[in-house]
Order: sequence, then structure tokens, then C-alpha cells
Amino acid sequence: MLTDHLPALQVVVPLMAAPLCVLLRRGWAAWLLAFAVSLATLAIAIALLLQVQATGTISYLLGSWAAPWGIEYRVDAVNAPLLVLVTAIAAVVVPFARASVAAEIPAAQHYLFWATWLLCLAGLLGVAITGDAFNVFVFLEIASLSTYVLIGLGRDRRALMAAYQYLIMGTIGATFIVIGVGLLYLMTGTLNIADLAVRIGDVRQVRPELAALAFLTVGISLKLALFPLHLWLPNAYAYAPSVATAFLAATATKVAVYLLLRFGFTVFGQSHVFANLPMGKMLLVLSIAAMFVASTVAIFQSDIKRMFAYSSVAQIGYITLGISMLSVTGLTGGIVHLFNHGLAKGAIFMLLGCVALRTGQPSIERLAGLGRRMPLTAAGLVIAGLSLIGVPGTVGFVSKWYLVLAALERGWWWLAMLVLLSSLLAVIYVWRVVEACYFREPAGEWKEAPLSMVIPAWLLVAACVYFGLDTTVTVGAASDAARALMGAVQ
Amino acid sequence: MTLASDPAVALAVPALGAVLIALAGRWPNLRETITLITAALLFAVVVALLPQVLAGERPAALLLTMLPGLALELRVEPLGMLFALVAAGLWIVNSIYSVGYMRANEEEHQTRFYVCFAVALASTMGIAFAGNLLTLFLFYEALTLSTYPLVTHHGTPEAKRAGRLYLGILIGTSIGLLLLGIVWTWWLAGTLEFKPGGILAGVADERVIGGLLALYMFGIGKAALMPLHRWLPAAMVAPTPVSALLHAVAVVKAGVFSVVKVIVYVFGVETIAGMKSVEWLPVVAGVTIVIASIIALRSDNLKRRLAYSTVSQLSYVVLAAALLTPLSVLGAALHIAAHAVSKITLFFAAGAIYTAAHKTEVSQLDGIGRRMPFTMTAFTIGALSLIGIPPLAGFVSKWYILAGAAASGQLAAVAVLVASTLLNAGYFLPIVYAAFFKPPREGDAGHGEAPMPMLLAMGVTALLTMFLFAFADQPLALASRLAAGE
Repeated sequence: MLTDHLPALQVVVPLMAAPLCVLLRRGWAAWLLAFAVSLATLAIAIALLLQVQATGTISYLLGSWAAPWGIEYRVDAVNAPLLVLVTAIAAVVVPFARASVAAEIPAAQHYLFWATWLLCLAGLLGVAITGDAFNVFVFLEIASLSTYVLIGLGRDRRALMAAYQYLIMGTIGATFIVIGVGLLYLMTGTLNIADLAVRIGDVRQVRPELAALAFLTVGISLKLALFPLHLWLPNAYAYAPSVATAFLAATATKVAVYLLLRFGFTVFGQSHVFANLPMGKMLLVLSIAAMFVASTVAIFQSDIKRMFAYSSVAQIGYITLGISMLSVTGLTGGIVHLFNHGLAKGAIFMLLGCVALRTGQPSIERLAGLGRRMPLTAAGLVIAGLSLIGVPGTVGFVSKWYLVLAALERGWWWLAMLVLLSSLLAVIYVWRVVEACYFREPAGEWKEAPLSMVIPAWLLVAACVYFGLDTTVTVGAASDAARALMGAVQ
Repeated sequence: MTLASDPAVALAVPALGAVLIALAGRWPNLRETITLITAALLFAVVVALLPQVLAGERPAALLLTMLPGLALELRVEPLGMLFALVAAGLWIVNSIYSVGYMRANEEEHQTRFYVCFAVALASTMGIAFAGNLLTLFLFYEALTLSTYPLVTHHGTPEAKRAGRLYLGILIGTSIGLLLLGIVWTWWLAGTLEFKPGGILAGVADERVIGGLLALYMFGIGKAALMPLHRWLPAAMVAPTPVSALLHAVAVVKAGVFSVVKVIVYVFGVETIAGMKSVEWLPVVAGVTIVIASIIALRSDNLKRRLAYSTVSQLSYVVLAAALLTPLSVLGAALHIAAHAVSKITLFFAAGAIYTAAHKTEVSQLDGIGRRMPFTMTAFTIGALSLIGIPPLAGFVSKWYILAGAAASGQLAAVAVLVASTLLNAGYFLPIVYAAFFKPPREGDAGHGEAPMPMLLAMGVTALLTMFLFAFADQPLALASRLAAGE
């Protein structure tokens, strides 16, 4: 049955479509293929999520080679929602991208752009779905290498420099990850994640085990842009093509967060990593630093994409903060924020793509009078911005609610206050955008962006509101994942 | 449940009205007609709920399940009923006034103005009928955001600055303090429902109650307790109809309404009565009353004077609730209505003076009563009501608050009320005197009364101010149900 092979198809479809794009050689055909693939992967991801919710974890053996020798794909409560997030963002980004790519990337390179983008998608989905530690590394490299290319395609000359910077940092991260995986293999003789989780009990507190944990944590933290390892992110997001920024901001760091959860909780076991070792405290301190430092830096940016890139670093801080609190509520908050922030930031960078299409590189000056010239874009920016602040009725509120609740559960009322105070920093940078859009005289005669861009962006904006009012799906999935992770080793 | 008894309709009507107003933007007459019809319809819907509430029913509606175990729901109780009646009723009058004001002053962006107004009213209904704290919080923030474009309506640098202050204080306090208080309450009590007798009894000790009370009282920035009152005078840069309905009625009353609601239904009057950790609240309210009155006395700008008078009068409600006696709680509820009708009359008069004579300062008003006798008569009625002179609305509420203070032996509160009455007289009566008895200044000729719709609106609210004294039984019935702890 085809449905039995859904886990493999989830990765294989975009992976195979990428070389096909190169063969097609026509930009519009490559786009059409990417569009079809994004819809197909979304359908597969939703089917997988429903299957997991109905029958529990799915284990798929590639080529029927039994785990732990063969490669296993494993879909459970933790990664099934992530697959849906990544593919949903992909499905929204592709229709949006048609006009945006046409404006920002030379026509001759379109098919290459789509080939690279599909590779990136395949890589991200592979990282999320695979149950094999070395396979994680392979897919991570597929995703990363294609990401470097996507960023380097940016119109701005600085895009190359940003891509190079990310290449160096990303490679260090990847190397650390492969060293960590190697050390694990050295000690346990297995690469299967589920198997690792069992066997690692025999080698607890051995020095190589600690080294493996350290290498993996630092490597993954580089990838997820945990403060202070975030330095690659602002430039990469600022100078990449709008489509790439929108897609990566909503998905790439989220997949890296998933890896942190997978290794920290499933493989090493949360009681070991967080209770015996000071990981929780370290993560807590770095998360708080991210929330405040990155938000403050964001306030002073004049390039609007850079501003929201710094905002991303801060928002990632909320996600890791939820993880560091080590409770079902905290993890629920972190995971739901992973989803929520993906929606909000995806929407914002897509809308900035609309701005870029009409005005060139979006600086705060270029937003002047946007409320009159591009009313839909401006209104979308405001709503998604409110979500970053955490205003009730938007998704950001739901995340804040759980994070504050988790802090109070722990008795850390000071942390609850810090979470809320840092949200107020978001008010300042979001309101810079609002005032520029609505209080300044328009800087030029710009029209609203084409509907093919505005509608996909607004789909995400609407999702920001919908999932802020009805959280049955998101919070349900997040708390399932949180329970699965907390119950993994107990 | 029939449609008419569903409180959700009270939200849907102005929300739908906002959409229609936006669609009718190109035809001003149609647009204003829709505003007036929406306002009238809303009032009818709200009035239709009244008999049930008086009969002891609590019409309810479930909107959405927002968080597990926490729904967005509406539930109409007496205080909310009173607040909704006041806001919806005055919206009709204010809309008539707005038509006159906005056209006479040739304001721009009128469609945006009416749309935001309708959304603000929908949010106000949401606050009034909120069935739990989460719902209240959602609509509280919606009200802040929907009134922001009204405050910054003129788009000038001054308006932008005022907007920053408005949003900074209101969003800052609500997210920084109020939300923390709400999550904390949820964690302690496991519910956010408004229950007679409160939900915190037995789950929090005295110190925690004191801390929570501070989070709520300062978190509800719309109640304008000092030192978080500065957004209110700043908001006066808005067109006068906004100041009149929103910053004398809907927004600020949403603040003190939330304060009373939280004290009565979340803390529970009996739960916190006698606790040492809550004794600071009447002091802060008392200080706000006196200091704001003194600032009002020293302000020459008429709208600023009225704004500080509002700050002071809002703290009447907070003080009355904080006295924690049934009589004073009753007074608090009545004062929400009494201050609303009186202050909106004063703002209508201020707007009429600005429209007809282009005057904004108190010192320019010498002899203006001769040219604008109708306006200044209305102004006088509003002023006397706020001073607390019978036969006007302000007397009734002040009476109950004073009686509550005296009955519980809190003489300091009595002293504050008396002092503030004198201060009220001090900043209102000179205006009345100057308007009617001082000779007009040179070159003050050439204007008469304001346009008809404005006079009509002012007349209605001035009459209401008298009616609320003479026919106080309906509001009293609602307020006494609240005070009886139902």
C-alpha cells in the first residue's frame, strides 16, 4: 500500500523533484513542480499526523532493513506536528514566491533556485523524520548546504558575505554534531536513536558520553541560533532573497530546536541531562539573555529585515526558555511557541517580501506611508507584530500564557515577570513599524503587492489569529509532544 | 435560547456595523445612517437583556475554547448590565454629536473614525459581558488597540506622542502586570470565572492577596490610578467625540468596571475585608482623587481640566470599591453611570465651544454664556452633578459612597470625599461664573451656538443627568444586586 510508505515519501518526493527541476530548465515549470511537491508533502505530513494521533508512533524501515542496522524513519507525537509546520509553510511560500522570485532572482537561475529550495525542504523534512543519528547529520548537511546557496542568491552584495559567514558557522556546528554522533557510536555501537536511548544507560557519566553531549549541544545550538551563537542569523536573514528568508525563518531554526529536544530528551534523557548536569540552568540563562539582548538590539536596527531577524533570536529564546523549565507546561509553551513563532515570522517576512517587491530593500524609511499605499501589507504587518508582542487573540499570547504559567508552577515569579517585561520590548520595535506605516507621508507611488503574494501572506496572518483564539489543535499537539518527551525517561 | 437574549448579539451588532460602515465609506450620509442604526440596534439588544438580569437570570454565551479548560464566554451580571446600558445608550447620543462635530470641523479620515468607534463599542460590550477574566482581558486589549487610531486621529507629531504614551501605559501595564495577575490567579484557583464571593478564598494567603491586588489595580491602567494616569490627559488630543464617549465613558469606565468586577467577583469583598495587605488601595485612590483635583484646578486648557477631573472621579469608584462595604460597592456601581452622563455632557459642551468659538482655554470663556446659553446651561448641569448637588445624578452615587465610608467608620475616606467636593466646586464653578457673569472680551463676536446635532446630544445627556436622580430605581436595582453579592 502506498500509505504504508508515507514516511519515506515525505522525504523522497522533494528530494527527487530537485534534480527534476534541473532537467526541466524552465523557471515556470520548476515552480509548478515545486508547488505540486509542496502540496503533496503537506498532504503526507497531515496524513502522518492523523495516523500518529490515531495509532501512536509509526516506525518505517527503509528498504525493510530492520533497525538498528537499517535506517529507521520514526514519526511520533514530537516530530509529526513539526512536519506539518514545515510543509505548511512550504505550501504557502511557493505560491507567494512566484512574483517575488521573478523580481529578485535572474530568470536564468529560477530553475536552480527551485532545485535548491526543494533540496532544502527535503533536508529539513529528513532531519525531522529520521530515526537515525547519522542520517540526521546527512540531512542536516543537505539542508544547510542548500541554505547557503539560497542565502547567497540575494540581490544585495552583502548576501554572499552573509552566506559565507553562515557557511563557516554552520559547518562548525555540523562538525560538532558529527563528532558527537561519532562519540555516541563509539560507546554504544549503534546509530539508531531509539536504540541509543536504551544503550546509553550503560555508559552514563563516562567522559566520552559527556563530550558527546557537549559537542551535540553546542553544534545544535549554533544551528538554532541560541544566543550567543546567533551571529550568523541577522545577516543571513537580512540579505537572503525574501522567499528564502520567509521559509528559513519559519522552519530552519525550528527543526534545529527539534534536534535539541530529540537529543536532550529522547537520547540522553532529561533526568540525566537537566537534573544531573547544569544544562537546564545554562539554557535558562542564555534564553533570558536572548530575550532581552536580542530584543534590545532589534529596537535599534534601521534595516527592517535585520530588525525582525534579531527579533527571531529573541523569540527563539522563548522557545528554549520553555524547554529549560523542564516541565510539561514549560515544554508545551516552548513547543507551541515554536509553531506560533513560525506562523508569525513567516507572515512577517512574506509581507516584507511584498514591501521589497515594490520598494527594494525594506528599510524603516521605505515603510513610510505604507498604510495608505499598501494597506493589506501594512495591516498584516501590524497583526503579525501584535502576535510577537503577545496580544490576546493572537498566537503569541498563547505561548506567553504557557511560559508564564510554567514559571509560576516552578515558583519562579521573577521569571514570569521577565517573560512579560521582555514582551514589552517587542512593543517598541513593532510600533516603530506601525508609526512608519501610518504616520509618515508616503515615500513613493507604490501599489499594493500582487494578490499572489498578499493572499499567501495573509493566510499566515489569519492563522496567527485563528490559532490564537482556538488552540485545540496547536496546544493539543504541543502538550502531547511535551508529555512524550517528559515521559521518555522516567 | 432566543437570539434576543444572547449576549453575543451585543458584540455582533457593532462588529457587523463596523464592516458596513467601512463598506459605505464613500457615501457619508449612508455611513452615518448606518452608525446611528447600529447604535440604536445595539441599545435595543442590551435593553432586551435587562428584564432577565433583573429577574436574576444570567444570560450566557460560549464563544470559543481558547485554552484547555478556559473558554471565551459571556455572562451578563448586574454590574456588566449597567455598564453596557450606559455605554450603548450614550453611543447613540454620541453618534449624533459626532456627525455634527466631525462635519463642522471638516475632519479627515471620517470612515476610519466611525469604524474604529464601532469596533471600540464591540470591545466594550465584550468587557461588560465577559464571563471570565480571560475574556475580559482579550476585549480589554482589543479596546486599547481599537481606540489607538482614534487617539492619534490627527496624525500630528503631538498625536503620535500621545499615542505612544497611551499605548505604552495601557499595553505596558496590562501585559506587564494584569496578565501576570491573571495567570497567577489561574494557577492558584484553577478557574478564572467571576463568582459571587470571589475565587481566591482559601487558596491564597494574605501576602499573596496583597500582591495580586497590586497587580490588578495597577495592571488595569484604564482605571488611571496614579501614577499610571498620564495616558488619559494625553488622549485628549483626539477629536472631542472620542474624548466624550471613550475617555469619559467607555474606556475609562471599562477600567473602573474591571476594578469593581475583580474586587467583587475575583477577590470577594468578604474574603479580603479586614486584610492588612489590601489597606493601601483606599489610600492610593484617595491620594489620586485629591492630587488629580488639584491638577485640574491649575489647568487652563478646558479638556485637560476635564481629563484630570475624570482621573479624580475614576478614583471615586476605586475608593468606593476598596472600602469593601455593601453600600460603597453600590455607590461605586452607581457612580459609573452618574459620572458617565455628567462627564459626557461636559465634554460635549467643550467640543461645542471649540466648534462654535474655536476656544480651548478656560481663561477665554468670559461671557460665553451669552452667546452659547444652551451649551453653558448643559455644562453647568454636568458640573453641578459632579460636585454632587441634588437633584442630579452625581448626588446619588456620592451619597452612597459617603454612607458606606461613614458606616464603616473610615473617616479618612469621608474627609477625602468632602475635600474633593470642595475642589470640584473650585475648578468647575469659576467656569460657570465666568461664562455667565463676566463681560465678554473684546473681539469675541461672530459666533453663536454649535450645530444642531451637537446641541441635541448635549441636551439629551443633560436631561439624563437629571433623570438618573429622579428615576434611579433601575440602576439602583442592578447595583444593589451587585452589592448583595449575587
